[in-house]
Formats: sequence, structure tokens, C-alpha cells
Amino acid sequence: MKERIVLRVFAKPLIPLILLFALYVQFHGDYGPGGGFQAGVIFGAALIFYALVFGLEKAQKVAPPTFLQSLTALGLLLYAGTGIASLVLGGNFLDYSVLADDAVHGQHLGILLIELGVGTTVASVIVLIFFSFAGQKQT
Amino acid sequence: MIALLDILLLSFLVVVVVAVTRTRDLFAAIVLTGIYSLLSASIFVVLDAVDVAFTEAAVGAGISTVIFLGALALTSRSEKVSSHPSWGALFTTLTTGAILVYGTLDMPHYGDPAAPIHHHVAPRYIQDSPTEVGVPNMVTSVLASYRGYDTLGETAVIFTAGISVLLLLRRPRQSAAKEEQQ
Repeated sequence: MKERIVLRVFAKPLIPLILLFALYVQFHGDYGPGGGFQAGVIFGAALIFYALVFGLEKAQKVAPPTFLQSLTALGLLLYAGTGIASLVLGGNFLDYSVLADDAVHGQHLGILLIELGVGTTVASVIVLIFFSFAGQKQT
Repeated sequence: MIALLDILLLSFLVVVVVAVTRTRDLFAAIVLTGIYSLLSASIFVVLDAVDVAFTEAAVGAGISTVIFLGALALTSRSEKVSSHPSWGALFTTLTTGAILVYGTLDMPHYGDPAAPIHHHVAPRYIQDSPTEVGVPNMVTSVLASYRGYDTLGETAVIFTAGISVLLLLRRPRQSAAKEEQQ
């Protein structure tokens, strides 16, 4: 799609806005609809959009597959690690109340961390799946 | 007004499903399934389930359409015409559908305050989550805090799905290098 100039001109300002919206959904999930899963999907969609318009090679320079592979595991580890941190601090597994001095603040911190973990895993898995489909040569 | 909207959206759903089953063009079928997801998302909005609608619109109408199209690029564009009608498949589908519809007859009506789901843990979430968790979006507090185990499991499922796709589709580096040499 390298010669589609209208798509390229529109995609350039649109992609940063989509990424920004993904971050908004990620960190505003406590207050409105949304959360890690939706934010991860939107973030991944922005990268897939970039790959569709500007080509797979450029997209893989932005997000190298090996880096994405470690991000998938990192997100899940962040989630489970939050649970283990609350264990170490004397609570139950995934009981965020012990993470801060105040129970409500602990809950906020825990939810922020686990949503970040969910978002990281979802975004990187979606982009990786797209890369592995798009990278296949037609036989 | 809401009832009219429901009827309109649900009949659109039926039309789209019939169109998906009728078409032989796989590209058209993929776009139609995307439309199906968008209609489902609209129905979730009508049911006030905005979080679910958000996910359905992003995943169903967006990502899965793109991934289906990616798979379509690797295969042929039209469905093979089978020589004989598959009565077994029709029978299985109709029976399963009939059993599912029969199952819904016992379900409480939508929004019934006496339904069991509104008397189990829901009252506690509604009454205590503002003081216990303090997050304005109650869906987030249920998903991330009260049901943190479930969400951890879901994240693990997504992780596993990603790893499985990588294992299945990625060619080993050594054999790819050998092919290039040849």
C-alpha cells in the first residue's frame, strides 16, 4: 500500500491520537469505561494500522518482535508480581489493600499495576499475532 | 423507544447472519462478521454494558477482522462449493439452537429484581465497593480487585494464545536460513 498517498497522509496524524486514546483508556479505566484489556487492544490496533499503511518492515523496526515477546511475559509477571507483593506484605494473594498505608490507596495502586500488566500483555500479543500472520509468505 | 431499537438491532443481526451463511465470497463474509460484532456492541450499549461494548467493538469489529483478513491473504478468496447438502450439520445446529432456546425459557426476565444474580454478591459490590476499593467505575473494581484471580487467569489465557500462535506460525530460524541459502 505504499502508493496510497491519501491513506498515508491521514494515517500519520491519526496514529499518535489513537495511541494517546489508548493511554487515556488505560489510566482512566478507574473512572470511566475501559481498562487494561481495551487499552491494549487499541494500542495494538494503532501499531497494526501503522503496519498496514507503511509496511511490515517499518512496523517491526518500531516494535521488534523479540522485544514484544518479552513484553508479553513482562505484563503477566507484573500482574502476578503484584499478587506476590501483597503476599509478602502480609495480605492475601492479590489483596491490594496492604500495598500502601491506606487500604483505598493500596487498592488504587494495585488496580493501576495489574491493569498496566493486562494492557502490556494484550497489546504485545495482538501485535505479535498480526506480525506472525502478515509475515507468512503465500505458498 | 428502547424496544424499537432492540428489535431493529436484533433483526439486523439476523440479516447479517443469513448473509454470512449465504455468501461464498470469504472477503464479504469477514467484513460481515465485523458488522455483526459492531451490531453486538451496539446491543451491549443499549443494555448499559459499556465496558463490554467497548471490548466487543475493539476486538470483534477491529482486531479479529484484520487477523481474518491476514489469514485470507494466505488462502483462496472463495469458499469451495460442496457437492451434497450437509444434513448432519444442519440437524446438529438446529438441535443445539433449540436446546439453547429451551434453556432460556427458565431464565429470569432481563432486569428482574428477584433474579438470583442480583441477590448473591452484587449487593455487596454495590454497597461496599465505594468504601472498600474507592474506584468510581464499579466494573473496574469488580474485575481488578474482587475478581482479580479471574482477570489473572484471563491474562494468562491471552499470553498462552500469543505463545501458541508464535509456536505454530513462526518458522524456525535455522530452517529459514537454509531455505534462503538454497
